[in-house]
Amino acid sequence: MRLKDISINNLRRRKGKVFFLILGLTIGITTVVTLISITRMMNEDISKKLDEFGANILIIPRSDDLSISYGGMGIGGVAIDTQTLKDSDIPKIRQIEVRENISTISPKLIGVMDIEGKKVALMGIQFQEEIRLKKWWKIHGSIPKTREEVLLGNEVAVRLFKSTGETLPINGKPVRISGVLDETGSQDDFLIFGDLAFIQEAMKKPGALSLIEVSAFCNTCPIEEIVRQISKQLPHAKVTAIKQTLQTKMEALDHFKKFSVGISIIVLLIGSLIVFTNMMASVNERKREIGIFRAIGFRKSHVVRIIFLEALIVGLIAGIVGYLLGLGVSQVIGPMITGVKGGSLFIDPLLAIGAISLSSLIGILSSAYPAIHASKMDPTTALRAL
Amino acid sequence: MSLIEIKNLKKTYESGEECVLALTNLDLNIERGEFISVMGPSGSGKSTLLTILGGLNHPTEGEVVVDEIPIYKLPLEKLADFRREYLGFIFQSFQLIPYLTVIENVMLPLSITEKSNREQMKMAEEILERIGLKGKGKRLPDQLSGGEQERLAIARALVNSPPILLADEPTGNLDSKTGKEIMALFKTLNQDGQTIVMVTHNPENTAFSTQTIFLRDGRVEENGTKI
Repeated sequence: MRLKDISINNLRRRKGKVFFLILGLTIGITTVVTLISITRMMNEDISKKLDEFGANILIIPRSDDLSISYGGMGIGGVAIDTQTLKDSDIPKIRQIEVRENISTISPKLIGVMDIEGKKVALMGIQFQEEIRLKKWWKIHGSIPKTREEVLLGNEVAVRLFKSTGETLPINGKPVRISGVLDETGSQDDFLIFGDLAFIQEAMKKPGALSLIEVSAFCNTCPIEEIVRQISKQLPHAKVTAIKQTLQTKMEALDHFKKFSVGISIIVLLIGSLIVFTNMMASVNERKREIGIFRAIGFRKSHVVRIIFLEALIVGLIAGIVGYLLGLGVSQVIGPMITGVKGGSLFIDPLLAIGAISLSSLIGILSSAYPAIHASKMDPTTALRAL
Repeated sequence: MSLIEIKNLKKTYESGEECVLALTNLDLNIERGEFISVMGPSGSGKSTLLTILGGLNHPTEGEVVVDEIPIYKLPLEKLADFRREYLGFIFQSFQLIPYLTVIENVMLPLSITEKSNREQMKMAEEILERIGLKGKGKRLPDQLSGGEQERLAIARALVNSPPILLADEPTGNLDSKTGKEIMALFKTLNQDGQTIVMVTHNPENTAFSTQTIFLRDGRVEENGTKI
């Protein structure tokens, strides 16, 4: 027989009280796991919908000369031919510490050219990157697949009297119009989109970029941190966060996180109090028994170990049950609270270990005073019958 | 050198502003293999003497030396180790652990030793057989008769083979027939060399003791030695 057998047998004897003890702690752990899971659901939802919000970081050359406006943001240097952003800047963005949070990088070159006697704005883009950012684009025709194909904004197509399948002379070369955009209500309606390398060549600006749009999301760090890291990599550029829908969502998430922390602390404090009062009552009920242990040679540390072992067993059970219940509850009430449809059950070993450790820790810390109190009991007082 | 030497023992208790004298001027030597009975009216200091001998109650003055160890000079945790190695306690009202089985109750003092489960089990079964409780190891204490519970308390006290057995009113809760059986068991244990110190109210229980001490008001009134 070992001390653990005494602890286990005592817990078995007090089934009813132990049930409520475990229940109290389980409710606390369930609440914490539920709130953490719901917070993650919200985080993941924002992450998944990121592309719908478009780019959230704009990189432009550091210049005071703002001559062209794009999306409400000034684009410096375009009008005066200064080229401070280059293709070679893109790999540098991919080198920042939180690079795994970067979803899309879309470089652009903007310029004005004479086409069939009319001044038209052209934008060189990487189509595969651009369509990831602009999921709302509706194209009559298809996305350009070769360098000799372009996509026309709705307004510019009307101005040039062109439609899908026709050709257009750019820098003397005929290019095919693969598609025309439906009206977007944005600056895209006034642009001709061509392959970036082709437009760079046509404008005689090889490797040059007017701006870079970046779509990034970081669950654990603010967007400002990503902006700071990119700025460090590109000292010659001005990096700006576009605060829009995402910001509102992030703020809501931040409020929910703070609310979750507050609720978790309160519930865990109540759980600790339940453990404390239950263990204290148990120790007082067992005065005689503790007196017998001490009389037959148990050290104070042996008595403390018996109480702590009981607390640990209770904590482990409450931790496991609380984690599983928390997972279940978050799947049921998570979608109701967040509006996010419940996905597959995500079992995170770290959260499981964290929940079980937290529960065990609360069990032991809340039992510390009762355990020390028990070990200090005078055996002669405890054994009044002697 | 005696197994137990009690020198000029004095014990007082604080009760509010009053100081109650429990034991005073007590000198006593107990040799190995002796069977000491301590008698006296209630409040005479019998239980105080037993708890002081048991290393549970620090004396106000004087010294208790067991096997040349001045036990109250030991640090508290060492005193606990001393109790485990040297003493077997038989408490009034048996004081068994109700949620442990008979064999687990017997193994209780062994649970904090290095002994393996197998060794513990073997030692417990041997003592249960010797004490007359063979085959009842899996029962709970409340499934035993009063006499069996007393035997179980004796088995738990002896499982460690302690040099000294301390018993407080071992027949106090038993009918006279069972009480006689228990005293016969004590006699056998003593004949096998066990040193016993027993507190009792019942003069019949002193029949097998080698020395009987009568206490009154914390002093030794009479010290009768038999052969």
